[in-house]
This record gives sequence, C-alpha cells and structure tokens, in this order.
Amino acid sequence: MPIANTPTTVPVVIDADKCIADKGCTVCVDVCPLDVLRISELTGKAYMKYDECWYCMPCEADCPTGAVKVNIPYLLR
Amino acid sequence: MTGDIPGGISAVECDVLVIGGGTAGPMAAYKAKVKNPESRVILLEKANVKRSGAICMGMDGLNNAVIPGHSTPEQYTKEITIANDGICDQAPVYKYAQRCFEIIQELDRFGIRFQKDQKGDFDVKKVHHIGTYVLPMPNGDTVKKALYRQLRRVQMLISNRYMATRLLTGRDGRIAGVIAVNTRTSEFLVVRAKAVILCMGAAGRLGLPHSGYLYGTYENAANAGDGYAMAYHAGAALANLECFQINPLIKDYNGPACAYVAGPFGGYTANNEGMRFIECDYWSGQMMLEFHRELQSGRGPVFLKLDHLADETIGEIESILHRVERPTRGRFHAGRSTDYRHQMIEMHVSEIGFCSGHSASGVFVDEFGRTTIPGLYAAGDMANVPHNYMLGAFTNGAVAGEHAIDFAAETSLVDYDPADVTAERERVLAPLKREDGIPPNQIEYKTRRLVNDYLQPPKITRKYEIAADRFAEVREDLDTAMLARDAHELMRAMEASSILDCAEMAVCASLFRTESRWGLYHYRVEYPERDNENWLCHTLLRKVDGVAICERRPVAPYIVPIGNEERSAYDKQRLRRPA
Ligand SMILES: Cc1cc2nc3c(=O)[nH]c(=O)nc-3n(C[C@H](O)[C@H](O)[C@H](O)COP(=O)(O)OP(=O)(O)OC[C@H]3O[C@@H](n4cnc5c(N)ncnc54)[C@H](O)[C@@H]3O)c2cc1C
Ligand code: SF4
Ligand code: SF4
Repeated sequence: MPIANTPTTVPVVIDADKCIADKGCTVCVDVCPLDVLRISELTGKAYMKYDECWYCMPCEADCPTGAVKVNIPYLLR
Repeated sequence: MTGDIPGGISAVECDVLVIGGGTAGPMAAYKAKVKNPESRVILLEKANVKRSGAICMGMDGLNNAVIPGHSTPEQYTKEITIANDGICDQAPVYKYAQRCFEIIQELDRFGIRFQKDQKGDFDVKKVHHIGTYVLPMPNGDTVKKALYRQLRRVQMLISNRYMATRLLTGRDGRIAGVIAVNTRTSEFLVVRAKAVILCMGAAGRLGLPHSGYLYGTYENAANAGDGYAMAYHAGAALANLECFQINPLIKDYNGPACAYVAGPFGGYTANNEGMRFIECDYWSGQMMLEFHRELQSGRGPVFLKLDHLADETIGEIESILHRVERPTRGRFHAGRSTDYRHQMIEMHVSEIGFCSGHSASGVFVDEFGRTTIPGLYAAGDMANVPHNYMLGAFTNGAVAGEHAIDFAAETSLVDYDPADVTAERERVLAPLKREDGIPPNQIEYKTRRLVNDYLQPPKITRKYEIAADRFAEVREDLDTAMLARDAHELMRAMEASSILDCAEMAVCASLFRTESRWGLYHYRVEYPERDNENWLCHTLLRKVDGVAICERRPVAPYIVPIGNEERSAYDKQRLRRPA
C-alpha cells in the first residue's frame, strides 16, 4: 500500500530573520530531546521537520538569538 | 579502542557503560569515573545529554528528600512501604534514604540551590501522608547545566544520538555489552562493557494521551520503554509491572499542575463544587482511585483550586510553574484564557505507563542497583525502587555507578555470540529495507489506542484477553510490514517495537495478579479486594524460552517494622464529609 502524507501544523516556529544557522549555528537541532528540528538545505534556516514535539522548550531556551518560539501542539491547545 | 567487526559495524570497549543520560545516568557515570579515574566509562544517550530526560528544563523541587532534623531514613522507608501497599523490598529504599542527603549536599556543591528558611534550615514541606519530604529548588532550572559541567570536568566519554536496542550477554549469562543504532545515520555500534547500567527512564508512551497526540505525554516522550524491552529480551526480571503509573494531570496539557508546588501555598484538588474530596495530594494509587471515583460520581470534573489564594501567592506559584520543569504550562493556560486567580484548572486521570519513579513498575534491582543478570544494573524510573522520583534517580544512580566500577575492576570483558549482532542488525534494519509498508506512527498509534481501550484500569479480564489478541495482530504487522524511510523514522520504528513489548508485558503481569492493589493502578474488577494472604509478594516477569513468564517472589523481611494500625494510612484517602 502506498504512503500518503497527511498534513499537520507544527508547534515550533523559527523566525528566519533572527536564525543564524547559515553562520553555522545548530544549537536547537542539537539539544532537542525528540530530534525533530533540522536546518533546511533550501533556506539555510532551522525548521521543524517532524511533528513529534514534547513542547518542552530547550530549543527556545538555548537559541542564542531568540529565534525559536514553542507553541502548544494544536491537538492539545 | 575503536575497531571494526565484520559487517561494517564499529565496536568500542569500556569498563562501565551507562545507557541513558537523563537524570540517573549522568550521576551513575560521574560517580563511576570519580571512584576510578583510570577507568573507561561511556555514557550513551538517544538524545543529547545536555538537554535530555525528564529534567531537560529542570525541576521545581525534590519530592522525597530525607533531611536530618525533618525526617529519618526509618520514617521514610516506612512511609514508602505503606504507600506501596506493603510490596516493598526495604533495603534499596533504606539505602536511598540513608544516602540521599549526601547527594543533596553534592548537588549543592554543583551549584544547585535548595530552599532554606530564615534560620538557614532546609525549608522542607509536608505533602506526603505521614512525613515531611518536599524541598523546593529555587534555581531548579539549572540542574542539567550543573550536571553537564561535572561530566565535562571529568572528561566523560559521551555518545549522543545513539539509541540502544538490545543488550548482549555472554555464554555464562553475564552482561557483555549493547547494540545501538545512530538516530541520524542508522549506523550500528556495538559497545562491549564489563558492566552496564540501564538509566533509560519510564515507559512513557504506553497509553495514548486523550488529546490523541502521540508526544503529548507526561514523561519525556523520548522515554518509550526501550529500557524495559531491552531488560526483558536479555532475560532480566521485571517487577510489579501491573502497578501502572497513572497521574493526576492538567487536562489535555498532560503535565503536572502541580499540587506539590501549590499544596504548601494552600492550593488543593477539588471537585466541581470546589470542595476537597481527598485528604492528601501525594500521588498514590489510592489517591488516583478516589480521583477516578469522583469523576465517575457526577461530581467531576476535578480541578486544582488556587483561585482562593492571594494575588502575590499566585504570582509566586506562577513564577515556579511557568519557568521550570514544564514551562509551557503558562502558554497553555494563556491560550485558554485560564488565570489561576479566577479559574480552577481542569485535571484528569492520565493514560497508563510503567514507572518506578512515581509508582513501582520497573526492572527488579537490589540495594546496589543490581538486576538479576550479573553485571547489569538499573537506576532511576526504570528500576523498581518505589516512588523514587528525581532524588532517587540521582542517589541510586550514584550507588549503581560506584558498585559497577568496582565490579568491572574484578572482571574481564565477556565474549558474546556474533550471531546475536547479525540477527539484531537484521531486525533493526528490516523496516529500512522495505519499499512499501506501514509507517511506525500508525503501528504506534494503534498499539497505544488499544492500550487505552483495553488496559486502562479498572482492569477487566476479558478485555485483557482481547487486547492480547489485538497486540498479536499488530506484532505480525510490525514484524513483517513496518516501513521506515530514513534514520529518524527507524528510531520511531524501534520505539514502536518497545511500546508493543511493554503493552504485552502489561497484559501478562496484570492477568497474573488475581487481586486488587495499589488503588487504581491495579484495580481488577473481578478481584476487587486486596488479598494479603496470597499476594503480599512481588510479581516477577521474565522471558523464558522466548515467552513471558510471571512468578511470585516473596517480599524481603522488613528492616523497619510496620505496626498494624499504620498499614492502612494510605487507604483513608477520601475526606469524610461533615454530616
Ligand atoms: C513532568 C515531570 C515532572 C516531575 N516533577 C518532579 C519533581 O518536581 N520532583 C521530583 O523529585 N521528581 C519529579 N519528576 C520525576 C523525576 O524527574 C524522574 O523520576 C527522574 O528524572 C527520572 O530519571 P531517569 O534518569 O530515570 O529518567 P530520565 O531523566 O527521563 O532519563 C532517561 C534518559 O534515557 C534516554 N533514553 C531512552 N531510551 C534510550 C535508548 N534506547 N538509548 C539511549 N538512551 C535512551 C532518554 O533520552 C533520557 O535522556 C517529574 C517527572 C516528570 C516527567
Ligand atoms: S538555535 Fe536559533 S539561531 Fe541557532 S539554528 Fe536554531 S533557530 Fe537558528
Ligand atoms: S519543544 Fe522540545 S521537543 Fe519540541 S522542538 Fe523544542 S526541544 Fe524539541
């Protein structure tokens, strides 16, 4: 059976203007306990790749530029 | 010491391997290294030790501090024995109670502060039924940083983003090492070790949260029960898995509210009429049963009530609850316009899990953290020292680390059967090799939805039997059709496998114990009474010839005697209403 992609709205948002991943920062990707953040090859900025978030906040707390905002996942809100 | 073994798998060797770098793990590794600085200790972690585990954003306080002048090890041991309905080998609890103050002092030296009163004495709060053990941590948000500094200081060897999947044992039954897979590259790693300490946390993704969100759990969602599954497949005994973890949590948010913080300020659990209905907010199975009954009675929903408190008191509570531990609590409330000053906070009964940190389901260990497999240790939420919480993870992690490093000094590495590695590699990589199949999130969702439908207490025999059939069908799918498209999905696939193992263990252990005990945690409808004559014993579950077997194990004779009239302290949870 083929696989379909079901859309979800992800809870973690990154402000591309503030993100300095293009200067080599990977802090949020490194610290996330669920390993759900990545740096986009397209934009050179961090983004949430997998909707598997514990809304715990290390990504936001450790980002050096304040680019990360953790929202409550929609299903819980 | 890194070498290749046939099949492109790298292998490393060490004296002591600690798996899981959350709370117990860093302390175990640190203590082992400090005790024998010449030794080689490796700390392996699925996430990143900097921010992994239950305490990734810190903790607001110690739930079970035994501090001279406030309580004694004897008192604490007695309280936990009673809270756990008598099923308690006291030696590990007593050992914890004796050593935990020294660990508090050590944490203090690491830079973690503990609340003191004006006289400079520890400001311990009463939340339990009998004794006084809750100690706030004013800079609790810094716990992980403080631990990490110590690991760096001793130049700990840390392997992040490696997920352990199976333990290796030698022909003589001793521990030989572990197999792990990198969560970003799917690279295989074999770590050979003289001693292994399992610190992989609770089985937090067993039931499905009511929100339906797989990661909306109480526990750090990285704790999928891998440690329980690995101990099982290695042949170690697991104790009292039927004593589920069920917590009173903020509805939908699924985190603690938390009565331990709010209680000492005057907050309490109330029903829809704003009335108290339980004596004591300490989390126990008996308390959860009253909570469940209140919801059933039509007097629910149940709330945490703070709206009667002074504005500045509420401000102080907010400054704790919205800053550490689960800091998104504030955002959750803001999203629903819930203000503690004006509204009560809706609570509910969580889905089930395994955890000894909060209840008593875990890998069987003695007072040194030794499991039933020589050279294999366990500490923290996955080791069955009841109601052990964070300080238990630190203290028993320390105990296990110190014991394991001495054990390692007297032994050599054990050979394992290379065929075991080949077989495991095939098992793990199978989902990556399929071109078509069922993604792990669907396997996981289905397993956990079935857990809710059939295993959530009250426990009914027929429902458990049906669950066993359904799980067998899911297992067939998992074994033959699970599909992973990248290394990340492969990690989720391996987690789905652990979750299913835990679900099946939950069935087996629950059906074995034909009585009710631990309040809601093991409330069997057909056997509603506690049966001390036949069941004042542990349930040990282990894998024998490929299948799960349960047996009784007597509770070790008490070190601290319990008087007859004391035994029922936790049974009297329901507040008697004034006539
Ligand atoms: C929300 C919350 C609030 C709490 N509040 C309090 C409190 O106020 N006071 C208190 O005393 N206690 C509290 N506790 C309990 C306490 O935090 C835990 O008992 C304790 O932290 C458990 O430590 P641990 O080392 O067993 O697990 P964890 O700290 O969770 O660590 C387990 C580690 O194992 C890793 N791991 C899992 N699987 C694998 C694998 N296959 N391979 C490699 N690594 C793996 C995980 O990534 C994680 O880092 C709370 C717990 C939670 C979840
Ligand atoms: S931590 Fe902040 S700056 Fe660094 S990659 Fe992440 S979002 Fe960008
Ligand atoms: S909130 Fe936690 S789980 Fe979610 S992306 Fe940030 S660090 Fe990862």
